[in-house]
Amino acid sequence: MSSNILVVAEHVNGTIDDITFELLGKGRELADDGGLAVALLGGGSDLAGQLGKADRVLHVDHPALADFNPQTCAAALGAVIEQARPTLVLVGNTSVGMDLAVAAAVQNKLPLVAYATDIVIENGKTVATSQLYGGKVYAESVIDKDAGIVSVLAGSFPTDAGRSDGTPEVVAVTAPDGLDGGTVTFKGLIKPEGGDVDITQHEVLVAVGRGIQNKDNIPLTEELATALGGVVCSSRPIVDNKWLPKTRQVGKSGLKVKPKIYVMLGISGAPEHMEGMKDAELIIAVNTDETAPIFEHAHYGTTEDIFDLVPALTERLQ
Amino acid sequence: MNIVVPIKLVPDLTEELEINDDGTDLERDFLSYRINEFCDHAIEEALQLKEAHGGTVTVLALERDETDKALYTALAKGADRAIKITGVDEAAPTQAAAKVFCQALDGIDYDLVLTGVQAADDRDGQLGAWMSSMLDIPHISVVSSIEATSGGGSDKLLVRKEYAGGVMASFEVSGKGVLGVQAARQMPRYAPVSRVRQIMKEAELEEIEADDVDVSTGTTVRRMFTPEKGEGAEMLDGSAEEIADRIVAIIKEKKG
Repeated sequence: MSSNILVVAEHVNGTIDDITFELLGKGRELADDGGLAVALLGGGSDLAGQLGKADRVLHVDHPALADFNPQTCAAALGAVIEQARPTLVLVGNTSVGMDLAVAAAVQNKLPLVAYATDIVIENGKTVATSQLYGGKVYAESVIDKDAGIVSVLAGSFPTDAGRSDGTPEVVAVTAPDGLDGGTVTFKGLIKPEGGDVDITQHEVLVAVGRGIQNKDNIPLTEELATALGGVVCSSRPIVDNKWLPKTRQVGKSGLKVKPKIYVMLGISGAPEHMEGMKDAELIIAVNTDETAPIFEHAHYGTTEDIFDLVPALTERLQ
Repeated sequence: MNIVVPIKLVPDLTEELEINDDGTDLERDFLSYRINEFCDHAIEEALQLKEAHGGTVTVLALERDETDKALYTALAKGADRAIKITGVDEAAPTQAAAKVFCQALDGIDYDLVLTGVQAADDRDGQLGAWMSSMLDIPHISVVSSIEATSGGGSDKLLVRKEYAGGVMASFEVSGKGVLGVQAARQMPRYAPVSRVRQIMKEAELEEIEADDVDVSTGTTVRRMFTPEKGEGAEMLDGSAEEIADRIVAIIKEKKG
């Protein structure tokens, strides 16, 4: 049977997000000739023009879609799926995608597999591999029906394969009724304030996670970072605890970094963090949990105690 | 504002997870569960909203081995009601849990549902999203700030949702909604063990038997597996000093 694939484009603040290009690249690989479409909810022709890897852009234009709105965009996506009838819908397992995937599954009566890191089509059936339990377990799910939705973790596929200079055909899809009468109203975007340090510009980062135990231990890691000629960054819990500012956060809702050297202290390597740093050139992980998923991804690892190892490292580097 | 917080208990990720003989699910005998950390944030945010604006907080959970502890802890922290729902299989998908929670909501007067933004076992999508679709009310995920505002005689919420790169969007929500909480405004409060023990003596958990839940995800797990050991990192052994020597050498080589 044929593979008609619909990728859901994401755009915030007038920019197409990388996840869209990841999904377009994978979609191109899986789709039949002429069978790759992309749903563009809101946005204009400038955004449509960047989606040339697809054969068609199915564009829903309406003032209530100008900025991402979970309520109106879910309704609009439902209308696109209804019209396109794809065999597979690819959406990001992202902040935007998490508001759309289940809504589409319910509205369009399609099965959903979330947290996917890979997708293959075997004998006409979609098989998606999900990363579960904080990256400790993988599950291969077969979509039983002829059509379904897969939400994909950002960073699973290269973005280059999804970019193209080509000009796709743009097909207008009529906005569903009721977009104006919603109970959720977009009020504005809030951009991050500039911090003392731009962690994306440093070649050496010392990343601190939950294993650091308390705020008083942060200076220990800063000394190591200084000795290495770098700065300290962190996983989410450290920022939630307000031990470091938000500008130091690496990962899904933080920043993406690509340093030469990334030393990880007490970070388990959950997918949300990996998304922000997996392209680091050299990853050295220190974590007392020998089953921590980070040891799958790091180049070097040790289960040595942070509080014994870090002072020894700093001393040698000073 | 009356807030309901359906929580998920998930396998303790600090323990080793094993796959069952079929290779299609976790080996669930002797599996220990704990509250999903994002659900802990959802409870905290609910309590903060209640303390600022009044109303009630009701916490719901499916019966697992640590459910009583999680619910008594929620009561000790300040929740008004704690309801345990029995009769749902441990391996049930997220949408089955959502359906059961929605059934329980039938008898509860609520304005807002707060869930954890996600859980480690959401193979079929997130709880809050499923509940919102079943209840036909809007859903916003990855929420890290909720403010109640009143204007024009009705209560509204101002909600901040996080995107990548530290960018956030703010939304106004009028009427009921489900919000997937990424982080509460402060770290979840701690309930002293003595206080939890006292609550266990004074209070009783409410209990609801789930209706028959017949939910098919439309997908089949054909294989579940743990990543093979030996792939990935080269592990460095020895004393702290020996390991430090190795790491310094590795870094120096990389720096050139």
